[in-house]
Amino acid sequence: MTQPEPHLLLRAAPFLRRGLTTPGLMTEVILALVPVILAAVYFFGVSALLVLTATTLGAVATEWLLSPVRPRGVALRDGSAILTGLILGLCLPPGLALWMAFLGGVVAIGLGKLAFGGLGQNLFNPALVGRAFLQAAFPTALTTWVPEGTITEVLSVRSGTFAAPFMQSSVDAVSTATPLGVMKFENVATPVADLLLGNSAGSLGETCGVVIIVCGVFMAWRRLFDWRIPVAILASVAAFSAVVWVFDPQASPSPAFMLGSGGLLFGAVYMATDPVTSPIAPRGVWIFGIGVGALVVLIRLWGGLPEGVMYAILLMNAATPLIDRISQPRGFGRGRAAA
Amino acid sequence: MNDLLWIFVSAMVINNFTLYYFLGLCPFFGVSGQLKTAFRLGLATIFVMLITSLCASFLNAFVLPHAPYLKLIAFIVVIASTVQFVEMLIRKLSPTLFRALGIFLPLITTNCAILFLALTQTSRDYSLVQGVSFALGAGSGFTLALVLMAGLRQEASLASVPEIVKGTALNMIIAGLLSLAFMGFAGLFSAV
Repeated sequence: MTQPEPHLLLRAAPFLRRGLTTPGLMTEVILALVPVILAAVYFFGVSALLVLTATTLGAVATEWLLSPVRPRGVALRDGSAILTGLILGLCLPPGLALWMAFLGGVVAIGLGKLAFGGLGQNLFNPALVGRAFLQAAFPTALTTWVPEGTITEVLSVRSGTFAAPFMQSSVDAVSTATPLGVMKFENVATPVADLLLGNSAGSLGETCGVVIIVCGVFMAWRRLFDWRIPVAILASVAAFSAVVWVFDPQASPSPAFMLGSGGLLFGAVYMATDPVTSPIAPRGVWIFGIGVGALVVLIRLWGGLPEGVMYAILLMNAATPLIDRISQPRGFGRGRAAA
Repeated sequence: MNDLLWIFVSAMVINNFTLYYFLGLCPFFGVSGQLKTAFRLGLATIFVMLITSLCASFLNAFVLPHAPYLKLIAFIVVIASTVQFVEMLIRKLSPTLFRALGIFLPLITTNCAILFLALTQTSRDYSLVQGVSFALGAGSGFTLALVLMAGLRQEASLASVPEIVKGTALNMIIAGLLSLAFMGFAGLFSAV
């Protein structure tokens, strides 16, 4: 016999609930990543899938081994380690040796998340910590880009993928330059249509702009992140680069190129929006987004590196506690909160 | 003018004393627990670095050409005593400023970052104005790093950090990640 449904439910507020749990949120974000992953596989073949598997394995294994949550494996159920692994994989170059990708996953979760106490406590975006670590440890491998392919090459594995641990990949890799690299060092802009459709070299997940925008709109509609963050980042990048472009249209890239190229769209949608490492109050969120945008333009146009999205987000992650402090909303009828 | 700006930015973010050269780590870890004290120490550092730069320019112009072997000793002694003297002056003239900088002035004087500033300025043959720009940049960079670090540490103090990492280990990890993030500034304005 089943228990009859009670007529009166006594509960504490809130009464209107969305039923969104941490695993539910992570699952939805991972679902929103699937089109980006498919695009990555389409353009970069099996290598893309292998790199993603390696980073995810590294992340999950570390979470399983080191997470303070007991019994082992419980911490994995929220899916955040998988998400970190996937995002890390998507911002790596396609031909990367798998052992490096695995190591990136280990560092991302180990140093970026678990050292601070696990989910929700990290100061920096874990995936970006892994990426920055790899960039510092293997600068050559992380800036060797293989050209994008078409569907006929899906099954071909990019050379270098199977380099033995602690070995660099063989040098025969067919390499190319990313649109940002070409712009920076040869001053040739890739057509914006190619950037949006993915016909350009780059990290796994960042090349196909249209897919990222669609997924971003989906996530904003599902309110999986604060829509202000990507809007603030993209608008400020467009605004700052437009100012430079108006003064010097010959030597500087157009705002449309700046928006579509490199990891900007992917970073703005998937990495800067991490609710743990971005500010809480709306005013702080605007400051955060504009800061990322300004740093991206600064590093891209005047820095030594062609791409700066990763560093821009990391730097603003570092500033987030301070931004939270100054952007604390004032209670109605009260004076300024004592700082 | 551009040159001065470049020296300033370079010392502040690209070759940040703390996060790039790993200098001045004792105050960086010791005084970054509270935002307020961190900021004050930063101000004191800017001040001391300014005096250091002026002293170094003076020594380089008038004393060291005659006695190059006195470089280290001269820098340390002259800088430390000048700072002490200025501290006394401030105490008399502006008690408010003295209370703000207070204990930090003598504390920062004997720091390795200060000596590095004097030695670098000498080896790069900076003029008086260039030296001032260099000192202001280095001091602001140190303040920036210190304030960011203090914010992060206060945030981390609320997290349930594992026992094994707690304390200095965690601070080292945070500083390392911060330094990693500052790598993004590498080569800034070098093409201009």
